[in-house]
Amino acid sequence: MLATQGVGALEKAGTQMTYLEALVQAQIEELERDDSVIMMGEDLAVYGDGKIVDRFDPLRIWSTPISETSFTGLGIGAAIVGLRPIVALSIASFMYLAADPIINQAAKLRYMTGGQVRVPIVFRCSMYYGRSIAAQHSDRPYPMFMNVPGLKIISPSCPADIKGLLKSAVRDDDPVIIFEDARLWSAKGTVPTSVDYLVPIGKADVKRVGKDVTVVAIAGAMRPALEAAEALEDEGVSIELIDPRTLKPLDVVTIIDSVTKTGRLLVVENAHPVCSVASEIAASVAEACFAELKRPVKRLTAPDVHVPFSPALEGMMFPNKHSIIQSVRSLL
Amino acid sequence: MPLTKTEKLEAYRRMLRIRKFEEEGTRLYRAGKIPGAFHSSIGQEATIVGACMALRKDDAMTGTHRSHGHPIGKGADLSGLMAELMGKVTGICGGRGGSMHLADCSVGIIGESAIVGGGIPLATGCGLSFKVRRTDQVGLCFFGDGAVNQGTFHESLNMAALWKLPVIYVCENNGYAITTSVPRSHAQTSIARRADAYGMPGVTVDGQVIESVYEITSEAVARARFGGGPTLIEAKTYRFDEHQVGLFVPGTPYRAAEEVEEYRSHRDPVELYRRVMLDSGIHPAELTAIDAEVELAVDEACRFAAASEQPHPSALFENM
Repeated sequence: MLATQGVGALEKAGTQMTYLEALVQAQIEELERDDSVIMMGEDLAVYGDGKIVDRFDPLRIWSTPISETSFTGLGIGAAIVGLRPIVALSIASFMYLAADPIINQAAKLRYMTGGQVRVPIVFRCSMYYGRSIAAQHSDRPYPMFMNVPGLKIISPSCPADIKGLLKSAVRDDDPVIIFEDARLWSAKGTVPTSVDYLVPIGKADVKRVGKDVTVVAIAGAMRPALEAAEALEDEGVSIELIDPRTLKPLDVVTIIDSVTKTGRLLVVENAHPVCSVASEIAASVAEACFAELKRPVKRLTAPDVHVPFSPALEGMMFPNKHSIIQSVRSLL
Repeated sequence: MPLTKTEKLEAYRRMLRIRKFEEEGTRLYRAGKIPGAFHSSIGQEATIVGACMALRKDDAMTGTHRSHGHPIGKGADLSGLMAELMGKVTGICGGRGGSMHLADCSVGIIGESAIVGGGIPLATGCGLSFKVRRTDQVGLCFFGDGAVNQGTFHESLNMAALWKLPVIYVCENNGYAITTSVPRSHAQTSIARRADAYGMPGVTVDGQVIESVYEITSEAVARARFGGGPTLIEAKTYRFDEHQVGLFVPGTPYRAAEEVEEYRSHRDPVELYRRVMLDSGIHPAELTAIDAEVELAVDEACRFAAASEQPHPSALFENM
């Protein structure tokens, strides 16, 4: 088992591919490795999984009717009695339809049955925003699910991590939700070729080492955060950039260690601000190392408003390189 | 295939185990020994046991908030169930589930769901797993008349019929979703006819007559096991007690006292079956012996539960 400890380690034995290609490859490898892995979802071929549909027996790939609540429940029942389903819910806003079985059944049954039942299942969904599809298709709802005990939630930002984490999720004996970020589909990176390349759930990655300001960026916020860090370096500001990769359980230790060093923290994400990951990290840091902070913790998120349709308005919604740079400067 | 004599006695034993378990449970609940809510299955024993007798131990089952009868019907040990109702460490779920959420994987109960309609997709998913893994097991779910109006019922039946999954849907139609009657909530009052919409067999059966339920379910199980797909069974039954023990419903009664009395006096499934067996020539002493055995088993379960420890606070985070 390989585990990533920074990007440097990945450059040794791998191939270049996109985030979307890494996602597909992870699923193909797991379907080939273990006959108990199946896939379920709507119009799988349309949303990037065509290679999978063509490759496997129809008994492994279930193209479902538009019944998110119940095919999610079917996946959970199948998981309890011997399969390891990957349930693809396509757009993250549809997670609300699947929320009842995910929360009331998948997350709770192991606990409520005193451990008699295990639910090894992966729920996939893609946060598809910034593309003028308006509020009912553009949500980034991971903070709501973080409030549920018993759910593991991952949302990595690079091809290697999405491959390694998705494979860990499939092999996990408990439910895992993966919030993919459609803004990253085309992002390229080096991905290890080993079929047993796993990234551990619950471990953050320091994407860039620095000393002045800790920036934690979630999923699609990582790209502008990296650009901002590079620009700030030219101004002589050194950013330590952290990707939690797993949102629950959150690796607060890595973040606290960094903040203890820098004394400054900015959290950037594309979800809404109330009860966000940024809020959770801010609270954890305030509890653990308030005395080390040189400035108040800063959150940079989407505002508390629905995603508008008009590009002129939607363009204002999400943190970008400039707003990140401004926020960092305000901490200096 | 009709029940053999041994199976008949076993069916009677299981019905009586539900009856006595619920009677003692109700008494203990009223005495404050069982926390939470208590939904009794008394009156519905023939539907539960008739369906369960058609299953094998390795067939999977899900059920409802009225969850005590289902595991007993499938052959579960009583002690762990009673201890669970009391929230004890020896409970079948370690005191994490309680009255509405009994599960006993040793007899195939993967979990009863207190979300109305929540168990329907899960049992359907069990059928999907059996199909993928090419085993000859089936999934069976119990649900009430109220659950028929949940989306999960329709979505699951559609997928089960579409993919010919080995699933049996048993509606325990006791006439009332808490206080809301079937005519007040169902535009189509024949629940069995809902199967037509999904191209699957739908049958209505007298849920107070165990041998009828057994026969119909056996046909459905045989069809499911050999690739013939799902069946919807509407078993017309009745709950003798209030929706939950001690529930006070103000205002105009939602069901007439005479109706309840009629069922209690003339449509009691345990009494009906006892009479059928005596008429078929089974010696009364054989039934009396079962009566005594069941009484003893329930007493022992209550003693075991009462004597068991509470869960230790350190166990709060177990199985997360």
